[in-house]
Amino acid sequence: MKPVNETKISFVSRSANEGFARAAVAAFAAQLDPAVDELVDLRTAVSEAVTNAIVHAYPDKLGVITLTVQLFENGCIRVQVRDRGCGIPDVDKAMEPLFTTGGEDRSGLGFSVMESFTDRLRVRSKIGKGTTVTMEKTIAPRVRARA
Amino acid sequence: MQLELTKHDDRLVARLIGELDHHAAAEVRERIDNAVLQQRCRRLTLDFSGLTFMDSSGIGLIMGRYRLMHSCGGTLQIENASQRLETVIRLAGLEKLPIWDETERKKTHETCQ
Repeated sequence: MKPVNETKISFVSRSANEGFARAAVAAFAAQLDPAVDELVDLRTAVSEAVTNAIVHAYPDKLGVITLTVQLFENGCIRVQVRDRGCGIPDVDKAMEPLFTTGGEDRSGLGFSVMESFTDRLRVRSKIGKGTTVTMEKTIAPRVRARA
Repeated sequence: MQLELTKHDDRLVARLIGELDHHAAAEVRERIDNAVLQQRCRRLTLDFSGLTFMDSSGIGLIMGRYRLMHSCGGTLQIENASQRLETVIRLAGLEKLPIWDETERKKTHETCQ
């Protein structure tokens, strides 16, 4: 299925850009007229994916994170968060709830939140090459009051 | 993100205002921990009523402050957690910790029924 609209944004892996990334996705997704709850789900999932890239993909240096957002005719929104960082040695392990390598103030819930707040989550990673997180969420059609 | 710290006797109330993510959590954590340790607070309350956004960094903040208060024989209480925060709390399996404002939770529960 081809997207009806698409945007691509690249930014440096500074934590200040976490807010920028979720605001950018929310602004683009507004075309699908999402409900407030759907938008918060999306913003939260994006925040988790981008934070993972900032904290884990580039632990000792700054790198580039690319965000691709695609909108489909059926109301589906696909968000891809891609980094060229260190990669995840064991994706299944990383996706276990509460597993973290990020120190004691990281909850290890990032992937669980992405999974709960979107309809589909796919993670591809290669050591030394980077990680791509793809999330999909279908925005429910809104029943509009007739004039 | 704004943080309001108020002290009543040995109780520190930290009211978080704005968006709590990994970026904001670093500074919030440092300011709360410094205040707790310097002012020798035995009770810490995290008031989430002013939050407009929170991701799992908030859970990390709660877990870390719980450990801090526990290590110095104190207690932690969370006030005004949103429904969404409760979803994440359940994902973390933290709902059994004795830190939740039970009257608030009961009220929310009753409203849902």
